[in-house]
This record gives sequence, structure tokens and C-alpha cells, in this order.
Amino acid sequence: MEQTINVTLRVWRQKNANTDGKFESYPVSNVSTEMSFLEMIDVLNEQLIKEGKDPIAFDHDCREGICGMCSMYINGRPHGPWHANTTCQLHMRAYKDGDTITVEPWRANSFPVIKDLVVDRSAFDRIIQAGGYISVNTGNAVDANAVPVEKQKADSAFAAAACIGCGACVAACKNSSAMLFVSAKVSHLSLLPQGAPERKTRVMNMIAQMDKEGFGACTNTGACEAVCPKEISISNIARLNQEYLSSSFTTAE
Amino acid sequence: MLNSKIPAGPLEQKWVDYKGHCKLVNPANKRKLEVIVVGTGLAGASAAASLGELGYRVKAFCFQDSPRRAHSIAAQGGINAAKNYQNDGDSVFRLFYDTIKGGDYRAREANVHRLAEVSVNIIDQCVAQGVPFAREYGGLLNNRSFGGTQVKRTFYAAGQTGQQLLIGAYQALERQVALGNVKMYTRHEMLEIVKIDGKARGIIARDLVSGKLERHFGHAVLLCTGGYGNVFYLSTNAMGSNVTAAWKAHKQGAFFGNPCFTQIHPTCIPVSGDHQSKLTLMSESLRNDGRIWVPKKKDDNRKPNDIPEEERDYYLERRYPAFGNLVPRDVASRAAKERCDAGYGVGTTKQAVYLDFRSNLINKYGRAEANKRGIENPDEATLVALGKEVVKEEYGNLFDMYEKITGENPYEVPMRIYPAVHYTMGGLWVDYELMTTVKGLYALGEANFSDHGANRLGASALMQGLADGYFVIPYTIGNYLADEIAVKPISTDHEAFVAAEKEVNERINTLMNIKGSQTVESFHKRLGKIMWEKCGMARNEQGLKEAIAEIQALKKEFWSDVRIPGDINEYNPELDKAGRVADFIELGELMCLDALNRNESCGGHFREESQTEEGEAKRDDANYSYVAAWEFKGNHEWNLHKEELSFEVAKPSQRSYK
Repeated sequence: MEQTINVTLRVWRQKNANTDGKFESYPVSNVSTEMSFLEMIDVLNEQLIKEGKDPIAFDHDCREGICGMCSMYINGRPHGPWHANTTCQLHMRAYKDGDTITVEPWRANSFPVIKDLVVDRSAFDRIIQAGGYISVNTGNAVDANAVPVEKQKADSAFAAAACIGCGACVAACKNSSAMLFVSAKVSHLSLLPQGAPERKTRVMNMIAQMDKEGFGACTNTGACEAVCPKEISISNIARLNQEYLSSSFTTAE
Repeated sequence: MLNSKIPAGPLEQKWVDYKGHCKLVNPANKRKLEVIVVGTGLAGASAAASLGELGYRVKAFCFQDSPRRAHSIAAQGGINAAKNYQNDGDSVFRLFYDTIKGGDYRAREANVHRLAEVSVNIIDQCVAQGVPFAREYGGLLNNRSFGGTQVKRTFYAAGQTGQQLLIGAYQALERQVALGNVKMYTRHEMLEIVKIDGKARGIIARDLVSGKLERHFGHAVLLCTGGYGNVFYLSTNAMGSNVTAAWKAHKQGAFFGNPCFTQIHPTCIPVSGDHQSKLTLMSESLRNDGRIWVPKKKDDNRKPNDIPEEERDYYLERRYPAFGNLVPRDVASRAAKERCDAGYGVGTTKQAVYLDFRSNLINKYGRAEANKRGIENPDEATLVALGKEVVKEEYGNLFDMYEKITGENPYEVPMRIYPAVHYTMGGLWVDYELMTTVKGLYALGEANFSDHGANRLGASALMQGLADGYFVIPYTIGNYLADEIAVKPISTDHEAFVAAEKEVNERINTLMNIKGSQTVESFHKRLGKIMWEKCGMARNEQGLKEAIAEIQALKKEFWSDVRIPGDINEYNPELDKAGRVADFIELGELMCLDALNRNESCGGHFREESQTEEGEAKRDDANYSYVAAWEFKGNHEWNLHKEELSFEVAKPSQRSYK
């Protein structure tokens, strides 16, 4: 049932990439528990604008958990307390009257802060550019049913392809590793027969770009899987390692 | 004056003949031609990728931080294609016919037929790219059904079809970026079209991080910027979805087609309070397996599961026995509104109806699974458990989403749903080649008006976006650019660029210097309220006239009292939003004007003055069988141009889904 609560937000404020940031506290009162977390910030921002202060900048767009744009680190956890969830789908039912909620941007050297809670995730696009695709020009395709795909494989490919590229995995990882993100794409494409011809070069090139962007190594702590809004399985990382190894042994230099 | 350039010849030959005779650009010349693509949803990403593959030099722009975030990503249920893999009577003609009829005979036959023709290529292309569509155990593709059709032609990937298709197009786009054929500009917003000698030759874009204005030249400009549902403030669109690029084009001479044609989607999660920032769709595919009902008794406050079967009114099945829960969206939305207005609504606000999965969960899926597993005489609990497993696979993400938003478990209790603004069939007027009334300026996907008439059928938006980008524009743009090969890239120091940038700069400065007392958000909310109440699901002359006056007053107030914090030359989302809301206000007026002009009901446009005795939409073909294309003439002034529609194959009749 709908209730009204008062909370205090401790938010990371940083004017731009070149200045230091700091936490600021803001009381937010009369918050309906039916509100989404971002709607609560909308309310705070309206209040700040009216007071002549700078509203909190944050990335968001679809607000239905699929675009991957929202990216808040809430009380030490990417996307907040709910399992398999994005910040935009988090609702204030998750909090009690009087709670203090700390909100930070994604923290990773490869995701520099643009302003407040907004970070630059273009490194992910560059990793895809390195090989996260199947090279098929428009018009080249054969009939969609010409190549049957085992249902189980298709389902696994879909489960990996459900990644929304939000970067929570990197933010949660103590090494700022992007392995879950990269492994999801490598798995998606290598599980399908259409992705087979480029299987070996894809994984090598994507890993090379990942390293170049400065993402850390994977030490199998599993924090990424635990916070992934789309429940991308860590078993994809095992598949990535396998793909990487087998292609290292066989790729001609 | 309006020339739709529809090729001559029989309907099914038009596109074939066009492709056979359109001008081509040779590969060496393609490398000298620059094309600007604004927006990277299904239409934009597919166009940019395909044109890059062909060898054009492409620049693509999006306001999000990555092209993969465009709102096509949120499309849930599926994409139509006339593959007839189910052997259930589908064909290109049937998809064409269903789309024309579903659009209530307000779309162009030639465009719609082309759309149906290329639909089959889209599925092939997507599978080749690695789009993981749902499959049967034999490894072949699965289909589901959608509203307004009697065949199963919808391809899907759980409730995330848009995501998977966009990721496919995005990957194709990033591949072209890597190859250097496309240059990608993220966090950039187009703020003006630059015209030289009557032709679109570039854009002024703003870098949303630094706030700086940039000039970009192109031999042609493609707007793939989506729809304008956010004019209603609350809609299923993303927060950033906006009309600005299309509106700038409109003010530069591109006519706006059928602006009042808005799709109100019947199955969305109802509004919970004033804080609401957006509405969330529950896919139409759920109507395959969910039954819509309200209590037979007014103000029945019992819990839904306590209301016995015989006291439930399955009003869609009652009113439309032939299509039942799968009537088109406009029909389903009006029927829900009718029940709620009559006092049968449910939930705390009484502005909701039930979408109930229990009977299919048990009887359809539960029993099928029990049979498959050889369980004899299963009890209800077993059937529910088995049925849940299947439903989870089909729609799991939607059920989870519903629970997160409402706190209720839809496997246990029926969903509460209510119609919400979802899609805009109207958009920039384009000819058969997707060119607007400005030479060299194209509009693709939801940004144009062309294929869905007065109501779009479910799973057809993805189809149209990808058709335009993958299979139409690569041909039609060549027909224009073939005559442009001698045009050298024009310097962005050209006076037209300088003047355009100056104008954009002045507008931004004016906005920032108002320093009023009301927030951008508050204006947007007020505009949305006017639009929803007076230009929403039902419209009438008096309401529309009032709305126009109210919007004009709102515009004055906005430009004298809006408060925008921060500075111009920094990351400033409030400033971005202010520009968009200013454009929405102007668009709102035109939508009301168009709705007022169209004194008939058709599709999603319901004029209360024009209905049958049973309350169904009543078209007036004698007077309104035309596309209303509005020409901008100045502040609050437009000229109406009419493109008469002729139906040679699908003869207009009163739509019936009974």
C-alpha cells in the first residue's frame, strides 16, 4: 500500500571531469512509496531548481529497465538493493522512513565522470567496434529458416544477448573488469552458427580492445553476476576464456 | 503541389519496377557523397549501417550516450513478416491488407504494399546478424499472434524483441564505425537543418557535454528521430524522446502529415500518482494469453480472484466475438475507456481493467505441459506451476517488470491495465522515396507519417523502421544523389551555416535569459494535461478549440517565465529539455488544429461527433479520405495541403472486428 516517507540523499556532486567532487546531503520529504527512485530524484531536482541550485545530473532514458542508460551506485551496490533490477525500476517501497541513501556514479577509470552521476561509457562501444558483430552486409542473407538453430543454443544466445550494456558489472568489480560484458557478447555470437566464421578473431580483438581501454582482470569473485540487472551468468566468462584459449592456440599470427 | 511520386503500374509491381529503374550511384562516386543520419533507433541505425556498407560517407548522431540506447530498444512484443512459416494462410497481400484495414484506410496503398514485400527480407537479415529470435524444438523460428490479424506472423525474442533487433542494427552500425564508413556522434542533438538553394545540406548540432554548437555538412540529411508521444508528457516513450529534429525540419519547410494521429495503447500499467514521470507498456502479445475483463457490477470492490466467473464481463469477447481480445489497439483502448467511464473500472483509481492470465495459465499451458509430461489428472496447483514455467519463458521479463512497478504478482492476481499514449502515426510528410517536401531531407521510421494510416497494428513499428532503413532508403537515396555527384562538399563557413548557427545560438540565449520562476517540467506537465484531456482518446470541437487557446497562452507563459538552471557551455539536461518542451508546445497546437479539421473518426482519432450507434468510429470517406499535410507559415499559422488517397485494391469499408 502507498505510504509517505522522508529520506536523506547523500549524493556525489562533481561539476565536470576536471574538478574534484564531494558528497552533498539533501532531505527529501513526502516521498510516496509508489514512486520510482528516479522519480524521487525528479522531485528533489524540481526543488533544487526552485531554490536556485544546480539539479543533480544523472543518465536515464527509457525508465523501463532496458535501455541501460541509468547508472547509479546506491548504498554501495550498482542499481540499488533489488535483485536483477535497474535503478529506473527501483521503487521507493525498498526504503523506510528516515533512511539515508548514498548515491555515487559508476566508479572505474575507464568510465570517467562527466558530471555528478553521469559517466562516459563509450569504451563499451569501442569494444563492440572491435568485433562484437557478425559481418553481414544488408541484402546478403539467406532465408531465415535455412539454418536451423538448436533451441537450447538459441535460448542461451538470447540470455547472453539480453545484456543492456549498463556497466553495473564493471562498477561492482573490485578490478573494474569488463569481462561479464565482453563475455556476454562473445557468447551471444559464438553460440550461433551465423557467428561461427568470425569466432576466433572476434574474441581476440574484443579482448585486446578491452585491455586497451584499461579494464581490469577477472578474479572470479562473481560480484558482476550478483548485480547484473539482466542476470547475465558468470558461466559466460568461462565460455569467453575457453574461446580465448582455443583461439590463441589456433590463430595464425 | 504535393507529389507523392507513387510509381505507375499494378500494386505488386510498383516497388519491383522502381528498383529496376531508379538511378544508381557508382561505387567511386558514393565515396564522395556524405549523408547525415539523425537518430540511431531501428530506422537510423539500419540506414546508417546500410549506407555505410554501400560506401557513402555517413555521419550519425544520437542524443544518448550510445546508439544502442535509442528507444526502439524498449519495443517488446515482436515484428511482423509475411513469411507464412505457420502455413496458416499468410501472404504479402494479407499483411498489406491487414495493415491498410488496421490503419482505417488512411495510409497509402503503395507504401504499405512495399512494406509487406520487404518484411520477409528483414527477418532474414536479422537472423543473419545473429538476432536470437524464439525458436521451436526443431530449430526453426517460432511465431505468435498480435492484434488486428487472424494469422501468426509475429517473430519475437521473449518480451525484448526491440532490444534484440536494435542490438543487431547497432552492431552493424558499430562495424561500419570501425571500418571508418560511419562517424558516430553520441550525446549530440540536432537543433537546425541547414538549407542551401532549397536543398538540405547539413545540420547544426549541439554537443550536449560541452554545450558547443557544431556545423555538419551532408549531401542529404535523414531524420530517423522517432515519434512525438511525449507531447502528452506521460507516455510509454523514453524520457528523452522528442520532436525537436522533426519540428525544426517542419519550420524549414517540411510538411507535417496527420499530426493528430496518435496511438493510445490499451495495455499499460495505470498511473499511480502525480509524481509519475512515464508509463510502462505491457506488450500486446500478452493479449494472446490474457483475457481482459471488468466486474459486471459497478463499483465492485472485491478482490479480482474473489469475483466468480459468471460475474465477470469479458467485454472485448462480448463485443467483438471474431477477434475477441485481439482487436486492434484503438478499438481495445476505447472499449476500456468506455467501461471505466461507465463506472466499471477497477483498482484504487477506478481507471483500470483486468488483464487476466489465470485461465490460459491453467487450461492452455498447464494442461499442455501436463500432457507432455504424462501427468494424469493434475490438480490445479500442479497446472498453475506447470503453466507458470511456460508463461515465464514467453513473457517473464514483462511479468517481473509489472511486479517491480506495482508490487503485485501477476502470476497470482490479474494485471491492472489502462490505455496510454504509445506511438504517433503522424509525422513528417514524405513521398514514396521517403523524401520530405524539402529536397534532400528524408524522414524514416516513426518520424514519418507514411505506413500506418490512422492506427498502427502491433509489431509493425519495428517492421517499418527496419524496412525504411535496410531496404528502402538504400535505393531511393541513390535516385536523388545520382544527380548530386558533381556537388563538392560545401564548406561549413558558407553563410547558410553561419546564419543557422547564429539563430540556434540566439534561441538558446533567449531561453537561458528568461530566468523566470517555473520549471521546464511543470510546463511539460501542463501541456500534457491539456493534450490528454482534449486531444486524447476522445476529441470534440469545443475541447479542441479550448485546447488551442490554452496552448497559445501556455506558450506565452513559457517564453516569459521558464527557469533554466546552469550555463550554456556545460552539460545541462534542463536546457536540453527546455528546447524540446518549447517545440512540443508548438506541435501540440498543430495536433489540435489537425484534430479539429478532421471532423470524422478514424483509427485512433475519435471525434465524438462522428460515431456509429454502437459507439464505433465512423469514417467520412467522402470528405476526409486524404492525408492532411500542414505547411508552417509562421507563429500559430499553417496552410493545409491535401494528398488524396486512392484505394485501387483494398476497397474502404467500415472496419468490423465483430
